[in-house]
Amino acid sequence: MWAYAARRVVIGVMLLLALTLVTFVLFFASPADQARHACGKQCTDEQIAVTEKALGYDKPVYEQWGMFVKGLATGREFPADPELKKTHPEFITDCDAPCLGYSKTNGKTVNYLIGKAAPVSVSLAVVAVVLWLAFGVSLGIIAAVVKGSIIDRGIVGLTLIIYAFPTFFLGVFFLKFVVVKWGILAYPGYVSIAEGGVANWLNNLLLPGMTLALVFLASYVRMTRAFVLESLGEDYIRTARAKGLTSRRVLFKHALRAALTPLVTMTGIDFASLLGGAIITEQVFAYNGMGKLTVDSSQAWDLPTIIGIVVVAGAFVILANIIVDICYALIDPRVRLG
Amino acid sequence: MSSSTEPKVGGEAAQSVVDTAAPVTSVASKSPMQLAMARLRKDKLSLIALGFVLFFVVIGLTSPLVTHFGWIDPLTTNQDLVDPFGRPVDKWGGISLSHPLGIDSIGRDLMSRLWSGVSLSLFIALSGTALAMILGVVLGIVSGVTGGWTDAIIGRIIDLTLAFPQTLMLLALASTGLIMVQKAFHTPAGNPTAAVYLIVVLGLFGWTGIARIVRGQVLSLREREFVHAATMMGASKYRLYFREILPNLWAPILVTFTLMMPAFVSAEAALAYLGVGINAPTPTLGNILNDSISYADLVPTFFFIPGFTIAAIVVSFNLLGDGIRDALDPKGHQ
Repeated sequence: MWAYAARRVVIGVMLLLALTLVTFVLFFASPADQARHACGKQCTDEQIAVTEKALGYDKPVYEQWGMFVKGLATGREFPADPELKKTHPEFITDCDAPCLGYSKTNGKTVNYLIGKAAPVSVSLAVVAVVLWLAFGVSLGIIAAVVKGSIIDRGIVGLTLIIYAFPTFFLGVFFLKFVVVKWGILAYPGYVSIAEGGVANWLNNLLLPGMTLALVFLASYVRMTRAFVLESLGEDYIRTARAKGLTSRRVLFKHALRAALTPLVTMTGIDFASLLGGAIITEQVFAYNGMGKLTVDSSQAWDLPTIIGIVVVAGAFVILANIIVDICYALIDPRVRLG
Repeated sequence: MSSSTEPKVGGEAAQSVVDTAAPVTSVASKSPMQLAMARLRKDKLSLIALGFVLFFVVIGLTSPLVTHFGWIDPLTTNQDLVDPFGRPVDKWGGISLSHPLGIDSIGRDLMSRLWSGVSLSLFIALSGTALAMILGVVLGIVSGVTGGWTDAIIGRIIDLTLAFPQTLMLLALASTGLIMVQKAFHTPAGNPTAAVYLIVVLGLFGWTGIARIVRGQVLSLREREFVHAATMMGASKYRLYFREILPNLWAPILVTFTLMMPAFVSAEAALAYLGVGINAPTPTLGNILNDSISYADLVPTFFFIPGFTIAAIVVSFNLLGDGIRDALDPKGHQ
């Protein structure tokens, strides 16, 4: 198993490097002038040239990519200018490994920006995943148990209808109606655990978390329902019933264990994709997470930040795939890694 | 040959057991397609969904015509119908005989905007789906039949595509992408380029699912006798891929197609919210809804009617897709 994990990690790292390379090529293939965007609108041509040299934008794409990869491994200094370091060390920004780059637009390292945004996205993802698992799985089990009844149809139909609305429609509906017009909940704004305690943190995340969870609810209800129905049809369930176990025991001890293992895969990958930022939800609720950072940096053409986010979000997805596959083998004795 | 007498013998045997001989011949054969159609016809929910889908398709197809004859007018503003805050002067969101679904914040007729919006949104979703399906099916077949290095490379490309944070890339690449599209396809600047960009990115990020399904199916099909027979008869690779194997794949292709359409309608709406895609004043479902969000609580009709239209399209396509899948699954209705 360790050999398998090691091989997957090596492939994962290669995939990640390919991801950064593709991103670099895509962005530098554009005719837009990176240095001009980084420097700002008021810059003179001279200033732009200085910026270009300082940030390495005058070098060819592959060389810049090489510098980026080197920065990931060993860290970088911005600007990388030994002369300047001797005369004015206060102008140099240190960026420790793994260095994701330096955002001239924000005057900060990308690591700093992502470090500030990530906790918001992680909090949002955690609340959402707990909500959709709790409601999705239990509703799915109920629907499977009363299969074909009006309750089953109601659950499946209602979650499908909710799924059909665009996320920003749901988010705006919650904000403008539930919060502003009807005053049922307070206007949410992100408060970290350190600032306001767990209760306050959770309270503020409830509405955006719910919006995000509703996006995933329908597919989890359907998956749970299908898996439970499938495992209820297995022979060992008939055996369990035949030997006189109560139907509750058959359902919870025998059917669910087999039914819920496939959900581990789905949950892991969906959760990981949210760690890279829930763009729409964060935008609707004005939460400064990775998603909002994405929107802001792509509007400002802040290339280093965008590449940093792509790397971090991609890493989450790749890592989650590896972890999920290994977990799956641990939970399900029938699966062999190879 | 004695086979000519066999039905007669069977007929007599049946006759001796059952009174009438007629059912023996009439039961005889139904193609899988006929069986599936019969199952679908019994499924009321899917038929209702099909009705809605056809309704929206007709809306989409007739839009250019009714616009041409001036029966709908999605672009003319009527500033006299709204107050300075963008609220309709009349009650009920300005619903009247001339504006059956009300008006938007600058007095444009909402029904007209939705009518042409459905048309453009469905066109974008359909083209994106078609592109994704073509890419996915071709690469899936090639991957499954060829195996070896080709398979490994296509598999890695799928991994890479899935590892990309998609919405992020669509957003971040929008301005670059528009220029690239314009250079590659020589489309006129503005909305035609934006539409092509949307179609291309939806297609490029959407093909992986169907490619995996098709590859899996091909792996089981390629060991079947008819494929071996074709290979032995010296069929070309093209013939093998697209004449022998492809016709066996239409079931998963049809299902994926019906389920991808609504996903792309939603994607267009989400991108419109983020400011990527077709620009005002041309209506799509996404940017009509996006225009309305600042008026959500002031003019509920303006917010809810486009929202429910999108939901109706997504639900009906999804239900139809589920219905087709159930109908095509021989195990489904036992």
